[in-house]
Amino acid sequence: MATIEISCVEVWRQISDYLDDEISPEMRERMEAHFKACAHCTAVLDGTRNVVELVGDGRVFQMPDGFSKRLYKKLQKLP
Amino acid sequence: MSTTESQLRTNEAELIKSVCAGEREAFYELLRPYERMIYATAISVVKNPADAEEVAQEAVLKAFSHLSTFRAEAKFSTWLVQITYNEARMKLKKAHPHLYESIDDQQQNEEGDFWPKDYADWRPIPSELLEQKEIRQAVQNAINSLSPSYREVLVLREVQHLSIKETSTILGISEPNVKTRLHRGRLLLRGSLAPGIDGSWIQGQPYRKARAW
Repeated sequence: MATIEISCVEVWRQISDYLDDEISPEMRERMEAHFKACAHCTAVLDGTRNVVELVGDGRVFQMPDGFSKRLYKKLQKLP
Repeated sequence: MSTTESQLRTNEAELIKSVCAGEREAFYELLRPYERMIYATAISVVKNPADAEEVAQEAVLKAFSHLSTFRAEAKFSTWLVQITYNEARMKLKKAHPHLYESIDDQQQNEEGDFWPKDYADWRPIPSELLEQKEIRQAVQNAINSLSPSYREVLVLREVQHLSIKETSTILGISEPNVKTRLHRGRLLLRGSLAPGIDGSWIQGQPYRKARAW
């Protein structure tokens, strides 16, 4: 069965759900066919994926030095 | 529930029992895996490290003193994030009541489409880059520049890796709303990070800015 074409606008709308695998297999197939043919949407997809990886990296939100120590000190002070 | 997750829950349930029986040491063990999660939640709301630390401490003290009210069917991590989130919002509300009102206003406007700013070509970022403090700072600044409603969803989903359902419970918004905000937050971040920080962090990588219109 031929994959039904999908517009750039529709691809942008779905790009986040695509990355989270929150779309139907049919939609995934249509989007993948679109990405193959559209360099612009592929660039948007790559960039969005980079964002997910950068933000999700444990090193971005590092606790300040001594955070744990001060926290446990507070707890010890509790009556 | 996976085996690992159910094991984790059993371990946590044991620790919680011990704490409620008066063993304070067990609370430290219970808390340790979630310290960074608590801190990241706090800073996503209050934005500065000193306030975030204060919020985290308050939240932990509250969790300790209310541990007996924790219900076993809930997830301990979600419960902790929820407490931290409430503490952080309360602090923000006290410090900036007007800002807080504007957060609530924004929540009503979730309709309409949201497009990527441009078609900037952005090659995969090498993970080693995050070893650099400036790069981590740049990512944090970009997150901080988002409006609170996007930032909170983004941090719970991407940093804490909570599910859509958990995020929706903690923030008290619908699941489609979580998805919409996450989508917008990601595209906005892409817009502010893709060009690189003065191009410096994508050195050696081609960066091409192109608009279709």
